[in-house]
Amino acid sequence: MQTEIVIAGFGGQGALFAGQILAFAAIDSGLDVTWMPSYGPEMRGGTANCTVVIADEEIGSPLVRHAKAAVVLNLPSLEKYEPLLAKDGVLIVNASLVNRSVTRSDVDGLLIPAQEIAETIGNRRLTNMVMLGALVQKLPVLPLKAIEDALNNHLPERHRRMLPSNLEALRQGAAYARGELKVEGVGLGALEPTETVAPTSV
Amino acid sequence: MTRELLEGNYAMAEAAVRAGVEAYFGYPITPQTEILEWMSHRMPEVGRAFLQAESEVAAINMLYGAACTGARVMSSSSSPGVSLMMEGLSYIAGTELPVVLIDVVRGGPGLGNIAPSQGDYNQIVHGGGHGDYFPIVLAPASVQEAIDLTVLAFDLAEKYRSLAFVMADGSVGQMMEPAELPEMRPVRKERPDWAVTGAVGRERRILSSIYLNVELEEKTNFRLLERWYEVEKNEIRYREYYLDDAEFVIVGFGTAGRIALSAVRAARAEGIKVGLLRPVTVSPFPAAQVAELAQKAQAMLVVEMNTGQMLNDVLRIVKGACPIEFYGRMGGVVPYPDEILNEIHRITREPVSPDGDPRLRWMQRFTPGRGQ
Repeated sequence: MQTEIVIAGFGGQGALFAGQILAFAAIDSGLDVTWMPSYGPEMRGGTANCTVVIADEEIGSPLVRHAKAAVVLNLPSLEKYEPLLAKDGVLIVNASLVNRSVTRSDVDGLLIPAQEIAETIGNRRLTNMVMLGALVQKLPVLPLKAIEDALNNHLPERHRRMLPSNLEALRQGAAYARGELKVEGVGLGALEPTETVAPTSV
Repeated sequence: MTRELLEGNYAMAEAAVRAGVEAYFGYPITPQTEILEWMSHRMPEVGRAFLQAESEVAAINMLYGAACTGARVMSSSSSPGVSLMMEGLSYIAGTELPVVLIDVVRGGPGLGNIAPSQGDYNQIVHGGGHGDYFPIVLAPASVQEAIDLTVLAFDLAEKYRSLAFVMADGSVGQMMEPAELPEMRPVRKERPDWAVTGAVGRERRILSSIYLNVELEEKTNFRLLERWYEVEKNEIRYREYYLDDAEFVIVGFGTAGRIALSAVRAARAEGIKVGLLRPVTVSPFPAAQVAELAQKAQAMLVVEMNTGQMLNDVLRIVKGACPIEFYGRMGGVVPYPDEILNEIHRITREPVSPDGDPRLRWMQRFTPGRGQ
């Protein structure tokens, strides 16, 4: 059994870190995992993505053409990964930075105003954790508790004070995916999509 | 020890530290710069030598000198940097010194790009430097294997007074996977009986690759060759997947091999009897295993991230015992498993020509953007 997740956005939105937390959660749950970043002559504000493969046996390819889930943090990533997603896949879209809906009807899409949710918690850099919380609510790969434990166990020491807000971001993302959290006064592309944010989420 | 989430490059560097490497010389180049970066703080931390040279040419010659003292030494680079080291590597081979070099291969030829590739197979496996020498070449496919083979490289280099390469690629270098690092070994204190250590109270020793007396050079060539046959006898390593009842066999090393594993599993799920041989040592090459598989196989598929450099070795070994096809991606393009699955479908559904040139057939049917 194998699940592949692509997490993609602008450099600085925390796509790579969100993937690492997912990878840590998989290891701590006794699963095998690969975390493969896009790497290239890139700079802040350029694209950044990673592919996380989680399996209960030795993993072959660390990359797949059609992932089972995609977490897209910006419009270019939505344009790139929506067509590639496997049928019946899970697509989590940061509605704060896109100006359209999910067009495919054969995938389980969720538009979530992740950046607004992050800002109500107190820091837009929590956007990636909101998205990750929504992902694990929609995709039965790992329980939310495993992600929370991974954050608790692997958050770098210098960022420990950010732990409660990161956990809150995960929980609110999951709550939104369950339909239990309403965010007032936001719609598609409510924020300017051109602005980039700081290098990591925490 | 527990499994940690480790990036391939950092993992290889720390594995070398724990294997007791005493000196590292290198020069930054993507996609392996993290090895140098790790060494730059880790080596001073454990009281050992780290030196960023002014070029790869300087680094390899520093390594040459340091290896003459009998110390455990290494460098690392990526394809264009390794090309620059070739003269020094030949001198090291001619002087019969144990040296470890990690090549994190990237797209080429020339400056190429920084994406994963296996285009250095011929350069590393079949020489590259001048003269007759036989390097040991280990090809990891995962972070754990990258760790284990880095440690092994030091042991084999010293056992056979040989060059030992760890030939990874950008994918292995940049990927993070759970892996376990070995225990820290103590740095070896004793020096081998050929090392130059100051000649206090003993006959002086001379280490050189110069043999102006041609008979002595020929004798040296024989010594290297005899040693190589010992390596071939003792050190072949490979991984087998689903080969017990396989009617079709894939051969691929490193990243291409593990991608092929995904395709093999998908084909097995469809009931296709296909298996995978993944050479772990590409030099010495698991020739007997490939030859034996060819006796039973209906067809063989060689998968590489180059134009079929290992394919030439497989063709030479199989000698027409079974039909062979080839599939490759090049220049930094990494194949997806479904491309290899398509090839498995093709060789299992259509007869494969028992002769002709598999590389030419692949080139003729492969047109990017069409039929893919």
